[in-house]
This record gives sequence, C-alpha cells and structure tokens, in this order.
Amino acid sequence: MKIVVLVKEVPDTWGERLLDLETGLADRVSSERVIDEIVERGLEFAISFAEQNDGTEVIALSMASEEATGTLRKALAMGADRGVLIVDEALHGADITLTAQVLAAALEHIGFDLIVSGDQSTDGAGGVVPSAVAELLDIPQLPRLATVDLNEKEVTGAHVTDRITLSLSAPLPAMMSVSERFAEPRFPNFKGIMAAKKKPFEVLGIAELGKDISVLDRPRSIMTEIAGKPPRESGVKVIADENSGRDLAEFLKKNQLI
Amino acid sequence: MNMSENSVSQEDFVEILGGLRQFIREKVMPLEREIAEGDAIPESLRSQAKDLGLFGYAIGQEWGGIGLDPVQEAELAIELGYTSLAFRSMFGTNNGIAGQVISGFGTDSQKETWLEGIASGDIVASFALTETGAGSNPSSMRTKAVTTKSGWSISGEKRYITNAPSADVFITFAKVTDDAGKSAVEVFIVPSNSPGVTVGPHDKKMGQAGAWTADVHFDEVAVTEDALVGGKSGVGYRAAMTSLAKGRITIAALAVGQAQRALDESLSYAAIAKQGDDIIGNFQLVQAMLADQQVGVSSGRSLVLDAARNYASGADTRIGPSVAKLYCTEMVGRVADLAVQIHGGAGYIRDYFVEQIYRDVRLLRLYEGTSEIQRLIIGSNLVKQELASN
Repeated sequence: MKIVVLVKEVPDTWGERLLDLETGLADRVSSERVIDEIVERGLEFAISFAEQNDGTEVIALSMASEEATGTLRKALAMGADRGVLIVDEALHGADITLTAQVLAAALEHIGFDLIVSGDQSTDGAGGVVPSAVAELLDIPQLPRLATVDLNEKEVTGAHVTDRITLSLSAPLPAMMSVSERFAEPRFPNFKGIMAAKKKPFEVLGIAELGKDISVLDRPRSIMTEIAGKPPRESGVKVIADENSGRDLAEFLKKNQLI
Repeated sequence: MNMSENSVSQEDFVEILGGLRQFIREKVMPLEREIAEGDAIPESLRSQAKDLGLFGYAIGQEWGGIGLDPVQEAELAIELGYTSLAFRSMFGTNNGIAGQVISGFGTDSQKETWLEGIASGDIVASFALTETGAGSNPSSMRTKAVTTKSGWSISGEKRYITNAPSADVFITFAKVTDDAGKSAVEVFIVPSNSPGVTVGPHDKKMGQAGAWTADVHFDEVAVTEDALVGGKSGVGYRAAMTSLAKGRITIAALAVGQAQRALDESLSYAAIAKQGDDIIGNFQLVQAMLADQQVGVSSGRSLVLDAARNYASGADTRIGPSVAKLYCTEMVGRVADLAVQIHGGAGYIRDYFVEQIYRDVRLLRLYEGTSEIQRLIIGSNLVKQELASN
C-alpha cells in the first residue's frame, strides 16, 4: 500500500508568529520552522501502520520553498520512506486553491492508495486543502478523524466533535485528515535521524508534474489590505478593598464572562 | 579523532542534540515532580527513552548503538543534565562503564552475549565497584574471586550500587590472589539471576529520587570462565580504569547541565519575583549572583568540551577528565547554592526545582571519584609528568 502524507511546514506554534506586512505571507524567517503538529499525528498513523504491515510505503509530500528540505527530512527521521518536495518560483505566495491543485497534480504523479493530512494547519488554519485535493482527485474524504482503522480495501474512522461521534468509512483510494485529538506523534529517534539522510528525496518543479502549468501558476484569492494586530491595551486593575468584589463582578458581567 | 564510517556526522549530531533537547523539555521536565515524589521513573518514560536510543548512545553502531564520540557524548550529557539527574542515571551505566568495558575490551562471545541488549535497553547493566571500606580506591577491596573447576566463585558485598534493584547484569570488581600470593583486581560479568546474588532494599538517599541504589551481596556466586572481562587477567581492570576517566567527563558535563538549569530557574524567578515595587532581578546584589552563576556555567562548559576533545585525541586521558570533574562538580554546588539564595525562602520549598538541584548535585562530588581523589589524580600525575620530563 502507498500512503502519501501531506506535510506542511509551519512556524513553531510555541514561538512568536508574525506576518510579513509587505506581502501578507507568514514570516517564516523570524521563527523556527517545524512540521505542523497535527500533520505529525497523521505521520504517526502512517508510520505505525507501515511498521505493522509489510509492503507499505510512506511518502512525505510537501509544497514549500527549498528551505523546507530540513523539515521534510524530519518526517523521514520519524520513519517515512521517502520525501517529495514541490518547489517552484511560480508558487510563491500560493493560496489554498493553487496549493490544492499542485498537491493533487503531485499526488497523481506519485500515485497513492491513501492520502493523510492534518485537518487544518496551525498557521493559516484554512482547513480546506484536504477537501479541495479530494475533490480535484475525485476521491472520498474522511475528515477530522480521531481514530482510524485501515485495511487493503477501505479506511474507517471516528469523526469526533464535542456533541457527536460519526463513524465514517470509504473505499480506497481515499483522503483522510486527522484532528488534534489523534494519537500523539513519536519523537524521531537517534537512528531515524541518521537514516533520514540516506532515504530517497526528490525535489520537483511544477513542470515535472506532467500538468499544464498555465492552470497551476496563479493564486485566485487576492489580498487587498493588511494590517498588524493592534498592541494590547493595558488591563483593568481591580484593587482589593471593600468594593473589589462588586467591581470584579461588574467587569466580568460587562465582558459577558458571567 | 578516529572517524570511521560508523561515526555520527556533525550534521546528524546537531539534529540528535536538538531532538533530545525537545524530548527533555516536552517529555521529561513535565514529569520531574512525579519522578521525585514517586521515587521512580514512570515506565512510559523509560520506554520512550529506550525508543529514542538513550540506552546505547555511546555504544558502537555494530552493536545496535549510536556510536557518539567522546565530545558528542559530553555535549549530550550537558543536555541530559538539564533535568532530573535520576533520568540519566537510568541509562548511565549502560552507556558508561558496562557498555564501554565490554565493547572495548570484551571477548567476542561477551560482546555477542551482552552488547545488543545493553545498547537497546533490554538489559540494564550495573557497575559493582564500591564497598564499605573501598570506595574511590579499589586496592582495599574485599570482594574475592577464586578459581573453581568450571570458572570462578565470587564472594563479597558491594555498596551504593546504582540501578542494582533493576539490573540484569553486574560488572563486578573482585580481588584475585594467585598461587604466589600476589593479588590483583579483576572484572567479571555476573548475571543478576546467578544463584548467590542478592540485592538489598534500595537506599534512602538525600536526593536523586527515582535513581535507586542498593547493596549487592555475592555469596559464592559461580560464574563460568568466560565471565572474566577480556578473557585474561588484567584486561578488565585496565579497561575499567580507562572507562572511569571518561565517565568523569560525563559527570562534569551533567554538572554543567544542572548548573545551566539552576541559572535559568534563577533568572526566570528574578524576572518576576518582586520586593516592594521592583523585580529582584533589578537589584545589583542579585545580578552579582546571576553573574557568578553564568561565569561558572560558561567556564565549566568550555572545560568539559576541552577535556573531551583531549580525551578523544588521546592527548590527555588522565588529568583533564579529573580537572573537569573536580571543577564542574564543585562549581555546580556553588551555582545551586546561589540559586537557592536568589529564590530566598522559596528556594527552600520543594515546589521550586532549585531545591531539588541543591540536593541532587551534592552526589556529583562523591561518586566516580570524590573531589579529594580527583585532586590526588591531578597532583600525582602532574608530578609524574614532571619527573618523566627531567
């Protein structure tokens, strides 16, 4: 079985995340680059499945700048078998639609039985790419799974929300995305880190995907304006005195917290 | 330095170190209190440490280890020193004297029997040298090994043996007296399930809760001829002394890691704790303490890495490790003391990690050779060198 995991490089969630106010794009230089933490959970699923099922190949696929090589290698250190990185000048600042089209083209180029994605990235938080890719490839999608069962023919899983749990299944080939409720990812172990450098790693431009470039090279959404987040205003101080109980309650009520 | 194809490239090592740093911060540090209060390493953490490769980072790749060189090992130990020292203690002897003695000087059969299990963490190896009357100086050792028809019989008592309660094998030091009455210390590989081996209850220590030590009794323990490290007389002891010197660099590196943590904890505290309207970090006397801590950490780090480089190249395998161990373990004692002082009353309360550091680091000046023994090694070797050059 061939499982392709869509790996997104994001600025570290725990660091300061900034937007470039000239371009409106995420400022990837000012913070550490890491694999999106929900994607890591998807990788964990694919790699543990491969460990228990001989003949399974796990491919980490990413569309990013060349600098994302190190991040994608981390997926190989975790245990993915090979990496494919789509790099192209024309993709700089790609929006969700263009990203989905390029990923779909790359997936057709690579071939797959199952595509695994995070349900939404921790930076853009669009949450649309998995559905868009599934639509373009005309395959079923199982969104936001908390648990998964996979066999040669079908994938089943639980889509869990605060109110309901949906049990979903689809025949392969299919797309599935995992949510942050999914099992914790492993740490790349020391041997995995050393083995990662020896694993196959391809860097492809869009011309190599066998698709008409003209339909792939332009974003559809246009940014018209961008502004930085206003600085935080200083908070309200409630001084402990005979009125403080009432003051605090009034503050909470005013802000609809009680 | 001997760079074979089995060595770890600097590029890979940077990632290994980064991965370990992340592991320590995300997986070990949140459990520090649980380790201390439960006096045990949680099984899930042990299993993750095993998966990561921590039981065999200093053992060669041909035996399933990672094969870090001494400088890389020292850098790794600095990272490991940043959290509960009990965590490192869990796999300390596997990478340390047990793994080193067997991989460096063991017979082929000893290597095949033990090394893969030691490197993977399936086997816990413990190092049985210390006795009641023979600590840093093994010449007064009372544990004896006598030859029998099929091998050796070992009798004696060992004290403060780290990981003894969980050990699968003891690398055991015992005195052998030949027919002419001449005695020498030899090293034996003794499985812990050998009849005659009993492990006492674990010691109630001042600190390092979660790392267990205990007495080990050997009562006419029969082992085969193959139990003698290296297969012939004298090999194991020399190997052990060499590995002990390297172990001193590791202890020095752990001290630097703990000192860095004590400094970081002090800084975070000084930046938020207020006296009157000002944070204590703005008081110059507090700044002076932070400065002294930083000087200790920076100089200790340089000294450890320098000692490791000289050990790896063979330029200095005796004096340097002892200098680093002496300086860094004394240094962390002072830095930990300052950390408690900066925290004030809070530093005496168990909710603050510096209270634990203060107790935990006290051991570093005692084991793998006390500070006094390090001074003797440094002083006697300096004089020896001087005399040899005349």
